[in-house]
Amino acid sequence: MNELLTRRRVVTGLGLLSLGLIAGCDSGSGLSYKYGKDLSNEILGRKFKLRDADGTEMMLGSFRGMMPMIFFGFTQCPAVCPTALARAAQAKKMMGPDGDRLQVVFITLDPERDKPAMLDAYVKAFDPSFIALSGTLEETAATAKEFKVFYEKIPTGDSYTMSHTATSFVFDSRGVLRLGLSPSLSAKQCTEDLLTVMSVC
Amino acid sequence: MKPVNYLLLSLLGMSLQVSAQTVVDDAWVRATVAGQPSTGAFMHITSSTDSKLVEVRSPVAKTVQIHESKMANDVMSMQPVSSVALPAGKSVAIEPEGYHVMLIDLVGQVKAGDQVPLTLIVEDSKGVKESIEVKAQARALNSMPMHDHGAMH
Repeated sequence: MNELLTRRRVVTGLGLLSLGLIAGCDSGSGLSYKYGKDLSNEILGRKFKLRDADGTEMMLGSFRGMMPMIFFGFTQCPAVCPTALARAAQAKKMMGPDGDRLQVVFITLDPERDKPAMLDAYVKAFDPSFIALSGTLEETAATAKEFKVFYEKIPTGDSYTMSHTATSFVFDSRGVLRLGLSPSLSAKQCTEDLLTVMSVC
Repeated sequence: MKPVNYLLLSLLGMSLQVSAQTVVDDAWVRATVAGQPSTGAFMHITSSTDSKLVEVRSPVAKTVQIHESKMANDVMSMQPVSSVALPAGKSVAIEPEGYHVMLIDLVGQVKAGDQVPLTLIVEDSKGVKESIEVKAQARALNSMPMHDHGAMH
């Protein structure tokens, strides 16, 4: 009897384990994406610590259980930032109920001009669930470096604009980096790949 | 008296003719949230002769510049430019992904539905400048461009 129970436990355990393997939740297995880039072999964004509009410190672990999609920009960006935010809002809707688990995170590369309250209002104009994070210049530089995100100030008379990497980085609900979405993809294409990430974790 | 009148008439005639040479369609400005210091203006410009857009003015911003965005390896780069070529008869897109107009140091929040006055200065190949008044409608901050990006790739 005792032996049987143990056996059953072992079998159950094995069953759960194999389910986990089928689900691909181990960080080693790559998924096949139709449009995005598989980033499961990259280690990016593990250590960043930034702050939200309320000054609460946020890191990757703060989004555990959610599927964070992180990208970088600045509010004085005319093109790719509002387009990427609008695309993320659209994709979140297209995902249906699964979209509730997508946490869009916008990290400013221009903390000198993007003050937390304005930055927060900016991202929430696209979707009230979106989160904006900022840090000091040093923290911003360290975070960008950690994500291998390139950015630079371009002087324009008395002011400046910025060039920057516009990739969206998607992590699974366990905080494992999965997918990179190019700014050239449509909301529909992003949705398909986001659902692929979601189907396993 | 008479020659002066003729001159005035011919000047008037000229300016009318010149104004008809450049057509601006679908001008819009992206609305902002309160405190956001800048935004972009977008449109299509068609000129009947080879000319160039050399300047844009607007009362809603202290500084107006023409910038060009370029995308390479997922890096969006931005650069101010001195002019945008307007080849004869070609509709040139002033759009987020290419040449666009930056309204910098806004005097106030641009709200969706606002009519934003813009003055475009277009110079023809002989160096003659004309100014075109445009009312650009402010669209919601989260407006997507009219076309689908993914379809282009």
